Amino acid sequence: MSFNNLDQLYRSVIMEHYKNPRNKGILQENNVTIDMNNPTCGDRIHLTLKLTDGIVEDAKFDGEGCSISMSSASMMTQIIKGKKLEEALELADIFSKMMLGEEYDLDKYDLGDVEALQGVSQFPARIKCATLAWKAMEKGVKSEAQ
Amino acid sequence: MNIKDIKNYFPVLNQEVNGHPLVYLDSAATSQKPIQVIEALKKYYEFDNSNVHRGVHTLGNRATDSYEGAREKVRKFINARSTKEIIFTRGTTTALNTVAAGYGRQTLQEGDEIVITYMEHHSNIIPWQQLAKEKGAVLKYIDLQQDGTISLDAVRAAITSKTKIVSIMYVSNVLGTINPIKDIAKIAHDNGAIIVVDAAQAAPHVKVDVQDLDCDFLAFSGHKMCAPTGIGVLYGKEALLDNMEPIEFGGEMIDFVGLYESTWKELPWKFEGGTPIIAGAIGLGAAIDFLNEIGLDNIAAHEHKLAAYAMDELEKIEGLQIFGPRDPMQRCGLVTFNLDDVHPHDVATVLDMNGIAVRAGHHCAQPLMKWLQVTATARASFYLYNDEADIDRLVAGLRSAKEYFNDVF
Repeated sequence: MSFNNLDQLYRSVIMEHYKNPRNKGILQENNVTIDMNNPTCGDRIHLTLKLTDGIVEDAKFDGEGCSISMSSASMMTQIIKGKKLEEALELADIFSKMMLGEEYDLDKYDLGDVEALQGVSQFPARIKCATLAWKAMEKGVKSEAQ
Repeated sequence: MNIKDIKNYFPVLNQEVNGHPLVYLDSAATSQKPIQVIEALKKYYEFDNSNVHRGVHTLGNRATDSYEGAREKVRKFINARSTKEIIFTRGTTTALNTVAAGYGRQTLQEGDEIVITYMEHHSNIIPWQQLAKEKGAVLKYIDLQQDGTISLDAVRAAITSKTKIVSIMYVSNVLGTINPIKDIAKIAHDNGAIIVVDAAQAAPHVKVDVQDLDCDFLAFSGHKMCAPTGIGVLYGKEALLDNMEPIEFGGEMIDFVGLYESTWKELPWKFEGGTPIIAGAIGLGAAIDFLNEIGLDNIAAHEHKLAAYAMDELEKIEGLQIFGPRDPMQRCGLVTFNLDDVHPHDVATVLDMNGIAVRAGHHCAQPLMKWLQVTATARASFYLYNDEADIDRLVAGLRSAKEYFNDVF
């Protein structure tokens, strides 16, 4: 059986994040908590954020789900740390565009590991898995920004 | 049963998906449709399209004859006494909600008990949760045995003189378990309760006889048994339906409408408000003809054989856990499983890349997932158009998934 297409989805960096998730756990000192789930499959995320002076000071996630949803959460918490709230929201927007196959500004941010998730856009059934953590972050940051 | 001939009736199966011939193993979610059903829908829309019970013209008569003809086919299919007992609905969910809102709301008192099981589909949990909240009733669960079957002792322990409604699935959409409905019905009736049967996974696969089961209500969907989506059936004993108020008002279900008071048509039409699902019912009739031609007993035997073969072959895959009873005679033609630490979503994607369609997730049975102590599972469900070669493809796909994820980890 050919795995060429699958390799687009399961890049090694994704599987590495799945196996060794960054920022897994619950922040004891947090001011934003978001629980979100994907009702069609039961994947769930519990995201805790420490937002101080308009900056994402710290982020941790907990939950259960497939390799795509969990690695995406790991990468998301990694990239937003230290970012301004508006930058975090902009990253969520870029990620959403990446998933939908729309154009996004490549120069503004170094997406790092997140770029590995680009292949998910070729698998429409898995986009919801990849965006779960980002939607949770967006909700949390927006609630704080208001 | 000549599977090759049967496969040829299903045009959708004759295609490649992701570069591989399609193997469709998701019939518990929805079945594929044979050409006979597709042609029946085409014929209705090309030649007979018209509203029912209204027009005095030829097309109206033809549509009415086909629609009511389909009702008679359903009556025979489940051996109901009268077509008055056959209500067309949108599907199983609507049918169960009609019982909860119609019968339940009218009859339940505070403190009464509703008994269901841990294996129920959400459609057979939530209407009762809502009803219990509304009426101050108690919702009780029958516990399951380790292998995912129900013991009659557990049923006897759960049903008391306070029980007014027992609602249970005939066949589990996750465990495949066939429940002893006839025995449960007797226990329910001995305690003065009625029994509601969710037959969504049974009607397509085993012979359902409502008189033999002695169930009071029974619900199923057309789309899981070769018919179109959007059509389903609520069977109810005539005396119960007669005493029930409709839950949808207007259009087709009215008899006389005054400014402040109205009356309803007789059974079964008083429960079919608005323009009914005419094409859907006609499609269901055609599906029943098709299934009858092959024979439900033949279909059931074929699926038992496939389930047995699938379990034997799947068990050879190291690290694969199968849920539900091991005895293939205790289950229908579906196998739910998990593979090592690979999430079922990931398993399903690898299979999809190999042209094999399975379901992954909680299967609308979150309480059962909790009972099984998993968040999700993968499920391969078979129907009359599947054969052992399809299962071989599944097994090969799973072996390759295992290999793939072992490599990338």
